[in-house]
Amino acid sequence: MQAPIEYYLVLSAVLFAIGVAGVVIRRDVIVILMSIELMLNAVNLTFIAFSRFMGSVEGQVIVFFVMTVAAAEAVVGLAIVISVFRFRQTLDPRDMQLLKW
Amino acid sequence: MSDPFFPVLVLFAFAAVVVLALLFIAQTVGPKRMTAVKADPFESGNPPQGDARIRFPVHFYLVAMLFLIFDLEVVFLYPWAVSFRRLGVFGLVEMGIFLLIVVIGFIYAWKKGALDLD
Amino acid sequence: MAADYVALLPAAQMLVAAIVVLVLDLFTPADEKGVLVWTSLAGLALSAWVALRFRGAEGAFGNTLLLDGFAVFFILVFAVVAALTILMSVQYVRESGIREGEFYVLILLSAVGMIIMASANDLILFFIGLETMSIAVYVLAGMWRSRAESAESAMKYFLIGAFATGFFLYGIALIYGATGSTHLDRIAEALGGPQAALLLTAGVFLVLVGLAFKVAAAPFHFWVPDVYDGAPTPVTAFMAVAVKAAAFAGWARIFLHQWEPLRDEWTPAVKALAILTMTLGNVLAVTQSSVKRMLAYSSIAHAGYLMIALVAGGEVGAQALLFYVVSYAAMTLGAFAVVAALKADDREGAAYADFAGLGYRKPFLAMAMSLFMLSLAGFPPLAGFTGKFYLFRAAVAAGHTDLAVIGVLNSLVSVFYYLRVILMMYMQEGGVEAKSFRGAPYLYAAVGFTAVATVYLGILPTGALYASLGAIASLR
Repeated sequence: MQAPIEYYLVLSAVLFAIGVAGVVIRRDVIVILMSIELMLNAVNLTFIAFSRFMGSVEGQVIVFFVMTVAAAEAVVGLAIVISVFRFRQTLDPRDMQLLKW
Repeated sequence: MSDPFFPVLVLFAFAAVVVLALLFIAQTVGPKRMTAVKADPFESGNPPQGDARIRFPVHFYLVAMLFLIFDLEVVFLYPWAVSFRRLGVFGLVEMGIFLLIVVIGFIYAWKKGALDLD
Repeated sequence: MAADYVALLPAAQMLVAAIVVLVLDLFTPADEKGVLVWTSLAGLALSAWVALRFRGAEGAFGNTLLLDGFAVFFILVFAVVAALTILMSVQYVRESGIREGEFYVLILLSAVGMIIMASANDLILFFIGLETMSIAVYVLAGMWRSRAESAESAMKYFLIGAFATGFFLYGIALIYGATGSTHLDRIAEALGGPQAALLLTAGVFLVLVGLAFKVAAAPFHFWVPDVYDGAPTPVTAFMAVAVKAAAFAGWARIFLHQWEPLRDEWTPAVKALAILTMTLGNVLAVTQSSVKRMLAYSSIAHAGYLMIALVAGGEVGAQALLFYVVSYAAMTLGAFAVVAALKADDREGAAYADFAGLGYRKPFLAMAMSLFMLSLAGFPPLAGFTGKFYLFRAAVAAGHTDLAVIGVLNSLVSVFYYLRVILMMYMQEGGVEAKSFRGAPYLYAAVGFTAVATVYLGILPTGALYASLGAIASLR
């Protein structure tokens, strides 16, 4: 027996919402980065679910690309975090006041 | 109850009840005596040494980032390997170009000294 | 099989150019980096030539990557903008200790992404182009490593950009679920048939939000002033012009062309965005004390003007959009180039006070800056005026007279803060003596070129208008 597609869609929507909430609420750049990754993985789940239920492989191929893009983003993000950390010993975006936010 | 998942639900409920009950009993009945030894961080039974929050060289981040990138590029080799026979020479050339670009990235990192571990 | 790949050539050639510069950089001694500039420029020129040479080639990968007139038009815009950005960066980069080789490589790489965005006929391919461009630009924003503002700017840009990416991608996933494909042609076919309407609408709006972040449309604009202010000035120019142009290219191809049947659903939203963006951009620009920040808000306002064309739609609207993208590129690049020229040793000379007396110290720069300011404010006979004329005319023709009126009112507000710069330059004495670069031939070439283009597009717009029309007509 197979769970209906709605289950997957609701699950991924909830995951996506948790990711968005994480970006908006959390105050640590690393956690924000993790939340963004969560958003992207929620999207991956959506693609996989649709791909499986429509019997097309397109969605699964897309997931490969999304994963690579997410990794590249994470790497660039970490590099930027390190270069910010050199100037101030905190990762709280509220402390980044050089430019008026 | 015709739903085949009903037993699973019962199992979940049972597990949840047991866990909550155990936590509750430990919390209320158990004695609490905090000693200096108990408060120490656990390092496999040895007396703890130093602080866990030391700063380690930024180089570790660099290696981690390089690993992340090169690790994920390999993902594309799997689908290619699976359909290698059908793609034939075309696929081989395509993959060659892809790997060439990855290798240029590797050479760049190497030449810039990102791989020197000292 | 070979014909399948022709449409990929401009992007591939740009990628090769980036790799060549990257490897060349490893083997050039520090005092001979000039060769990198010329290699990059040659790569850009070659890409533009390849695009022109193979215009109208068969689409690659089952028509997911096209090289129609529309794509070629934008490839030329990107190549010229990237070339001008490199020209205005040469001295700037050397003076601020930015790594020269990597800087040019990243500009070329983001141009690769932009080319893919303009040519993509598939949402996933568009997404990959978008990310290639964005990731390169995140790094560019943080390239001035000895300056904390630059790192902060990169961080903010990255967080907002990655966040927007999530929305954009989720939208694609929902559209894929509703129509069974990410190929824009397939989606357009599916639009006619029965479909999961709710999924599709949600997907379209998420894609809209993702793009709105990229072009900095209000209320998704809050990051712009900080990011533009902190990034090195040539990078700011590149972000304000090329990134925006690429996003509008996608907007035109996806929304104006392929999703024409869904017009009634997205037009009200875009119209509201346009009004909000213009008004907020212009009003907030008035209150700024730094020319660079003012230009950041001005770029928000201009994104609003460009969105008028999206609302107007049709051939006239699309033509106005493309023409305005070119005019906007010329005048905004020029204005940022002048700001870049005022950089003092370790500090941007971007405050209004830095412009005081510029008319006497640097007559050429001041003249050019006045030209750009007048054009941005929309005075005839400059590019900004002609562009706005066609925009507003398209809006009126499409029955959106209210938008045109709001646009004109906004232009009137903008006159105030643009003229303030000119007043500073000619009416105020002295000011701080900024140590501008002596003999910055590349930078002056960029300023001169954009100034000529601003005047030319204003007086003789016919050529560019025909090119825009041809580009639109090539969208089947």
